Amino acid sequence: MPSNRPIAPSTLSVKDLLWQIHWNRDKCTLCGSCTAVCPVKALELGVFRKRDVRIAMGIQGSADNVFSIYHGIRQKTDPAFACVGCGMCSMVCPNDAIMPVRSDETDKQRFHINRGGQARSRGGRRNSTDSLLDRIKFIRISMLTDPALDAGRHEFQIRTLLGRILPPEKSLEFSRNNGWMPPVREIYPLIIGGMSFGALSPNMWEGLQMGIAYLNEELGMPVRICTGEGGCPPRLLKSRFLKYVILQIASGYFGWDEILHAIPHMKEDPCAVEIKYGQGAKPGDGGLLMWHKVNRLIAAIRGVPPGVSLPSPPTHQTQYSIEESVAKMIQSMYMAWGFRVPVYPKISGTSTALAVLNNLTRNPYAAGLAIDGEDGGTGAAYNVSMNHMGHPIASNIRDCYLNLANLGVQNEIPLFAGGGIGKNGNLAANAAALIMLGASGVQTGKYIMQAAAGCLGSESDRCNICNIGKCPKGITSQDPRLYRRLDVEQVAQRVVDVFLSFDTELKKIVAPLGRSTSLPIGMSDALGINDHDAAQRLKIQYVV
Amino acid sequence: MCRLFAITSRTPVSPMVAVNALDVMREGHDGSGVGLFMRDLGGPFKEIKDAPILSGIFSEQGLRRMDAFMVNAGFSILYDLAIRPDRIPPSGTPKRDCYLIRAYDYPVAWKALDTRDIRNRLTGIRLELRAMGQEKDDMIVYSFWPDVVMIKEIGDPMRVACMLGLDREELKARIIMAQGRQNTNYAINLYACHPFFIQGYSTMTNGENTAFHPIREFLETRGFAGYSGYQSDSEVFTHILHYSAERMGLSIEAYKHVITPLQDADLELHSDGSFLRLLKNSCRKLIIDGPNCVIGSLPDYSLFMVQDRKKLRPGVVGGKDGLYAFSSEICGLDAVIPDRDQSKDFQPMHLDTVLVGPDRQEVKICRQTDPLRHRLSA
Ligand code: SF4
Ligand code: SF4
Repeated sequence: MPSNRPIAPSTLSVKDLLWQIHWNRDKCTLCGSCTAVCPVKALELGVFRKRDVRIAMGIQGSADNVFSIYHGIRQKTDPAFACVGCGMCSMVCPNDAIMPVRSDETDKQRFHINRGGQARSRGGRRNSTDSLLDRIKFIRISMLTDPALDAGRHEFQIRTLLGRILPPEKSLEFSRNNGWMPPVREIYPLIIGGMSFGALSPNMWEGLQMGIAYLNEELGMPVRICTGEGGCPPRLLKSRFLKYVILQIASGYFGWDEILHAIPHMKEDPCAVEIKYGQGAKPGDGGLLMWHKVNRLIAAIRGVPPGVSLPSPPTHQTQYSIEESVAKMIQSMYMAWGFRVPVYPKISGTSTALAVLNNLTRNPYAAGLAIDGEDGGTGAAYNVSMNHMGHPIASNIRDCYLNLANLGVQNEIPLFAGGGIGKNGNLAANAAALIMLGASGVQTGKYIMQAAAGCLGSESDRCNICNIGKCPKGITSQDPRLYRRLDVEQVAQRVVDVFLSFDTELKKIVAPLGRSTSLPIGMSDALGINDHDAAQRLKIQYVV
Repeated sequence: MCRLFAITSRTPVSPMVAVNALDVMREGHDGSGVGLFMRDLGGPFKEIKDAPILSGIFSEQGLRRMDAFMVNAGFSILYDLAIRPDRIPPSGTPKRDCYLIRAYDYPVAWKALDTRDIRNRLTGIRLELRAMGQEKDDMIVYSFWPDVVMIKEIGDPMRVACMLGLDREELKARIIMAQGRQNTNYAINLYACHPFFIQGYSTMTNGENTAFHPIREFLETRGFAGYSGYQSDSEVFTHILHYSAERMGLSIEAYKHVITPLQDADLELHSDGSFLRLLKNSCRKLIIDGPNCVIGSLPDYSLFMVQDRKKLRPGVVGGKDGLYAFSSEICGLDAVIPDRDQSKDFQPMHLDTVLVGPDRQEVKICRQTDPLRHRLSA
């Protein structure tokens, strides 16, 4: 480095970066594929001058220099272009000449991704691989007195209920007197959680919907998918497939003009309406669709001009409190479909979840409560919200369930858990743990993106650029050049694969516990953990 | 696995009949305990059908404390059958002072009360006595109810029965249920012994109840004092029966739909589909999921048997006019009713509830997929 080269505070070397590109000159064929594919333009053509000092063998003769030039790639060190480790360059390289490698120490780049005072925002998930759910074991195995069931041959019914369920005496009385019965849906306990049309690419969305339709219509698995806040394409609203869809309404009310206008044309009622008050990835923050992704189609569905960022406010502006929301919003949503569609709120995991729940128990319309824990994912949020805000899901669900059980209404308001389920790949085990802690079902998004579409994101800050519309897999991009990488039918096929294998795994968990015909909601006697404090907190067994 | 035997007879029979049947099936239980439930009593109890009978085990001190309590509560003794064994108990059976079966006359103040109130007070008294007994370890109270006698003890059924002299004339009943216990706990708590009883409903079960915890949680929060003190995962079967009949007013046919509801495809085809779906949803917490055969007795003197959803436990019903028996094994039936038409023996499967009514004329079979004859209890 010349002595007069300016060194600014944010001048970094490759060593300072989180992801460092290892490039092999011997293998590189200079095809340029990596530089073309890199979503963040981290790579540029590198022209390198090389000096070889040649020294003659023997006593005679003098040394000389040979100067040469060679070409290759160079990694940019400007934090604005820092490699995100997506690995697309490796994927496209015909010679396996390039690979991103994670820094062996805490990177320096993180201290500089706030130029112009802009705090870092990104997509993805909390950057922590820690998972309490992974540590929960299923310990109550039926043995001699009660032989375990056969997950392969016995009859199973893996179903849950979404909707307000009346206590037994009341439901008989209401049915005798032809009273109004709250709508209840019998659904599969693994729900694809809210990922909006807009956050996801059209191909991804369509693939998910196709997979869901196949699961329902060909395989008889009543799997449901939530739209997220972004409305729903009119074609789907007016189709018979709407019954597999949970429509989400959130504080930006995006897409609801379209939905309300479509109501008279709907052939089917939606499965349910989810009112989003919060999400686990960024509690207390509203949805955010960055301008990069607001193209004409998205703008039309959401009822906004194209090319503007769409931040939803943190709270619903029309209301003052969650009590009011339960009273008014739930009711008006019920009214929109003639009281035939269950309506429930979704909140982010919080130490105040019990207060919300207590309000819901007193509201005869509340059809459930979805809680999204700190490990929830998102298309766009501030890094600080994602990494540090929110409540772990396990204790939140447990507290809520025990509270319901204390009141004797544990069968009346189903709890749905989300956030970090399957974050390390253990989808069925995590789901079963939450169900036995008290959840009626679970919602998952990231796992589906990874398994069904090959999302590259991870809990160690890989990729995570879902917010800028440059998703290298075409999952969260609105750029046709990117999303055409994703084949709709292959996504659908993978969705089906995921649910079928999940189903087998869930049976492999519940069968040895002697459960098969009803979901073991709240069967906490089957759970153990090798952490004494966690066991006490969750009121499950401590096992070592 | 435990062995179960129940009999319903037009003429009162001795509990020894049931104990004999258990003895025949002894390979299936380890002789670690016996439980007997008798109702529709003969002998001296026939004349005092409405008088509540207290059944339990007492030490001398327990008797005195209980007497004081009952006098204080206004009860007076109508008939007393106190069995005080004079021999050394068989191995495994503790030495007890008194096995008590005692009929009482109601306190004067109760005469004006309505039936429901009286029933709840009887349950309250049983629970109070149980709590008193647990405090000083001097009494165990099984039931306090008209026309019902219960005896439970640790040890081999036949030896216990001989020690107690159960072949006595005073002790006969038209309905008897008996369980020979296979111990799964090291310390045997007599409150964990079958049959269980609550307010006119009694059941016994074999197999394990894998959904016990969530079911117990649900029952304990129904606001009824009787749903408490669970020592056995099978006790909830009795309480679910009580809950579905008394609180929901459901028939015995519907009980099966509560504990092992039909699956979706069957519900769709069922003529009572929407009612049954309602039941399934609202009683979801009462679904049993384990391998269980449940035999029970109802206040209307009928005896029933239901199997779990997969029919993983044995159970057979057979008999002749006036005398029917429910047994874990056919050899139990053979021992007690050898002259029945064996071709009519019936082993209920996963959809069946079998019922022998108080007329003891026939075995009624209700298949879950058939239309419900009665949704509600009579
Ligand atoms: S890993 Fe991804 S971001 Fe990094 S250089 Fe390769 S393509 Fe670009
Ligand atoms: S692959 Fe796409 S969806 Fe996955 S983390 Fe990267 S940008 Fe986000």
